[in-house]
Amino acid sequence: MTKLWMGTEWGMILSWLPMLWDGLVINLQLTFITLVLGVPLGLLWAVTVRSRSRAIRYVTLVFVEIGRGAPALVLLQFMYFGLPQGGLVLSSFTSAILGLVWSTGAYTSEIIRGGLEAVPLGQSEASTALNLSAADTFRYVILPQGFWVALPPLLGFAILVFQSTALCFAISLPEVLAQANDIGATTFRYFPAYTVTGIIFAAICIPASILVGWIEHRVATRSRT
Amino acid sequence: MTWDHVFLIISGIPRTIIVTVLSLAVGMLLGFPIMLMRIAPLSPVRVAATVLIAVVRSVPPVVWVFMVFFGVGADVVDVSPFTAAVISFGLISAVNMAEIYRGGLIAIPLGHHEAAIALNLSRWHHFRDVTLPQMFVVSLPAIATYAVGLLKDTSIASTIGLQELSFQGRYVTDMTYKGFEALVVVGACYIVISLPIAWLSRNLGEMLKRRVAR
Repeated sequence: MTKLWMGTEWGMILSWLPMLWDGLVINLQLTFITLVLGVPLGLLWAVTVRSRSRAIRYVTLVFVEIGRGAPALVLLQFMYFGLPQGGLVLSSFTSAILGLVWSTGAYTSEIIRGGLEAVPLGQSEASTALNLSAADTFRYVILPQGFWVALPPLLGFAILVFQSTALCFAISLPEVLAQANDIGATTFRYFPAYTVTGIIFAAICIPASILVGWIEHRVATRSRT
Repeated sequence: MTWDHVFLIISGIPRTIIVTVLSLAVGMLLGFPIMLMRIAPLSPVRVAATVLIAVVRSVPPVVWVFMVFFGVGADVVDVSPFTAAVISFGLISAVNMAEIYRGGLIAIPLGHHEAAIALNLSRWHHFRDVTLPQMFVVSLPAIATYAVGLLKDTSIASTIGLQELSFQGRYVTDMTYKGFEALVVVGACYIVISLPIAWLSRNLGEMLKRRVAR
């Protein structure tokens, strides 16, 4: 066996991989569920923040500003350590989803709002002239065009969501970083364990961001034609 | 929860701000050479910078913090949580600053460079008096936005035992079992600190745009 760092061997790292994989599955599940729930929430908030009713507008603003203003770690801890005080005890997985969905909804609502506002005013004027209802204007005219503007930043944000799932070890969720902690605690090889974790993240996020860059380029050429 | 607990939480704010400011300073300094490498005419240098930026960005900040704290700290030399946090966040902000500076550089209209050449400015003068000031001014709003994100990211340093704002919040939670109030106070503190920076970034953009010629 080849020696690597401070007596860590390849075989040792290989023996860690099943544990790290078990953790990574949780990160991937969390990312998926967070996006499936968080992006529609963002769309909802992007619409309600422009509502004609002042009450709806302000309530949305409060939720969005808290979701964006408080660190994701504090949101997660609030769900896991804060809510039980009000009698609501959640599992660490549910707390993780609630915390991440809140912050994802807040950030994506800004991204989607930007996309919707990028649609030229003439489009909604034309819809009014064609006597489309407000709902139809949104559904068939504004949303399809705003979607393409918002898509690249949304995909970029999805990568950040995946990265932020690593924070969930702080609420005792056995995700990949928590597994690396365990490996470190049992073998005293903290640095190699964290480095392997870092490499796993890089191996997923670098190709993903290259893909997002490619999609961004495609969308940009698409709108030019 | 009493006022004493609230003050205990608030006592973490200076450390949060110091870590943010130091990391941002490290990032703003190191980001500059990285940006120069990123736009270097020599392709190996350019590729090295591109790889560095991609790798640093694609690993979550919390993993960097752990690698620096447990890796360098446990195996080589002793590193305090404070040093580990500044090194990690300094590194992360450096690559992000490099990209922000590059965005600022691209935003300078081509005519300015042509004018500098037409006026026969030396390469140094061209860079120092034409490119640099405008690049910096155009980057400022993005830097302010990044600073807000960095401020919130420093909460991660609480996981390696740096006694900043979130750490104090968790400490009070464990001490009083009043996690609800404690964490609401912590969240409110972050929002209150970031409000002036966010305001600055919004208005700075408008103010400075008028000063940069088009």
